[in-house]
Amino acid sequence: MTVCTETIDRAALEAKCREIRLATVREIADLGVGHAGGSMSIIEVLVVLYERHMRVDPADPKKPGRDRFVLSKGHSGPALYAVLADKGFFGPSWLKTLNRPGTRLPSHPDVRLTPGVDMTTGSLGQGLSCAVGIAIGSKLRRDGARVYAIIGDGESDEGQIWEAAMLAGNQGLDNLIAFTDYNHMMIDGETHDIMNLDPLPDKWQAFGWRTWVVDGHDVVAIDAAIGEAKATSGKPCMIIMNTMKGKGVSFLEATRLNNHNVTITADQLAVAVAELGGADNV
Amino acid sequence: MYEKTEMRAVMASMVEQAMDADDSVIIVDADLARANGNLALHAKRPDRCLNVGVAESNMASVAAGLASYGFKPFIYTFAPFAARRICDQVTISIVYAGMNVKIVGTDAGLSAGLNGGTHMTMEDIAIMRSLPGLVVFEPTDGDQLAKAFPHILAYDGPMYIRLHRKPAPATFFAGADYRFRPGQADVLRTGADVTLFASGIEVKEAMVAADLLAADGIAAEVVNIHTIKPLDVDAVVRSVTKTGCAVTCENHNIYGGMGSAVAEALAANRPTPIEFIGMKDAFSEVGLMNPLIKKYGMDGEAIATAAKRAIGRKRNNAVLV
Repeated sequence: MTVCTETIDRAALEAKCREIRLATVREIADLGVGHAGGSMSIIEVLVVLYERHMRVDPADPKKPGRDRFVLSKGHSGPALYAVLADKGFFGPSWLKTLNRPGTRLPSHPDVRLTPGVDMTTGSLGQGLSCAVGIAIGSKLRRDGARVYAIIGDGESDEGQIWEAAMLAGNQGLDNLIAFTDYNHMMIDGETHDIMNLDPLPDKWQAFGWRTWVVDGHDVVAIDAAIGEAKATSGKPCMIIMNTMKGKGVSFLEATRLNNHNVTITADQLAVAVAELGGADNV
Repeated sequence: MYEKTEMRAVMASMVEQAMDADDSVIIVDADLARANGNLALHAKRPDRCLNVGVAESNMASVAAGLASYGFKPFIYTFAPFAARRICDQVTISIVYAGMNVKIVGTDAGLSAGLNGGTHMTMEDIAIMRSLPGLVVFEPTDGDQLAKAFPHILAYDGPMYIRLHRKPAPATFFAGADYRFRPGQADVLRTGADVTLFASGIEVKEAMVAADLLAADGIAAEVVNIHTIKPLDVDAVVRSVTKTGCAVTCENHNIYGGMGSAVAEALAANRPTPIEFIGMKDAFSEVGLMNPLIKKYGMDGEAIATAAKRAIGRKRNNAVLV
């Protein structure tokens, strides 16, 4: 089993997370409103994926045989855009256009608009099925590509998630590695109040998946789980990440119960800049 | 050559040939492979046939994933499930995302017969034609389908194919000289008094009506609208410019379907008296297709009566002018 923790530079990855987190807050603050909470909770996994695992070429975003990424919880598009800009799929100036007229960065990812986006998402529950289709396609082509997908915990209430889970389990899609952003929050309240998902690992195991439960803000833990998932044979993999909605930004963490789609003022951006150690004039 | 052949068998045969020539052609079924004529293909080409179980939503989005990978998926279910049950997956995963998925909906409208009202979609065309950019195609018989198939395969985008599973009630396109022209309506019979626009199983009824009208000295033009979207507006306007009135004949609610599409085109281009044959905003009872066609006023006789009404309105309009 190859686990890629030997050479991992925790400090560098954590610094990158702060940078991406700030870029994401800045995207939303530039417009004044956006899906901040759920973007903050997936920063670490996005950074680990794109820094350490995804085999993609920003100069050739449609390259055949590349690894694919599906953000099934599409409302966290701003976080993905910050990472894609950082990798060079498009220039950082694009981040200032989020949700503005004519933008190529809409609230929810659009495969027709944005380099590096592999699937349109936004209607919850569908992205994981799309990822399953991609994984089957890669198996048919025998090109060795992997598919990574992030679903939300609230999204896991959708019946289609479990249709996809059953198919992936039946097909033994070991080229599919999915993540649940288990931030325990949904729009209307806490998941255990609205629709309890526990025991979540048992559910995925029952559908034929190998599972991990990790601290979703620990880059080393996420990286180790992905390493093990990549070495898994015959089963799709689900990495359940315990996360915090709004993680890493004090005013978002403080409004954890209501930070799904929120306003961010210039003053709040200044707070984020101070907390995340960025330059205010970028 | 397909007069007696079930249309699902024609479809399966075309898809199989396409698979031989193109390794990106793939089908996805949702436990209706038997009903939709694909079971033998699953046995023959297991590598190119996927069955996701009774999970139509998953089928649609999985197909979108496959299409994003360069495959050309055909997905199959009964028409009510394709249009009604998985409307959002069709809309977002396939149409909004611009994926090249062919959505085959079978047993539309009264052709669901003994499966009854739950399985008789009278709204699928209304739903599908309101999705931006989605092509809506309803072949009339096996020969038309076979001749259209190369164009279906070559079309790089989403398409809804409303398919009668059984042999067509009558065939009109078996002639060797018939050439399918994508997006262009087919004139089956020419006449100067009234145009009967017809789709699917209603083409036969329109042709029966044309014979009945001829016996009364009325010359009806019968135009087969196989592609409901994009509509062949030129052909529609050209025909009514000659006849001055129309009857639309479809196996669908009269609200939102082919008749509405024709009415929209004529309202914008050439306001014309139109009578609408189809389900009059009702659910059907269970039963055999042909008796139901008669019961709900969608048979040749009802169409002929409607044609006379349309002609009468044309004359009234003339008086007013």
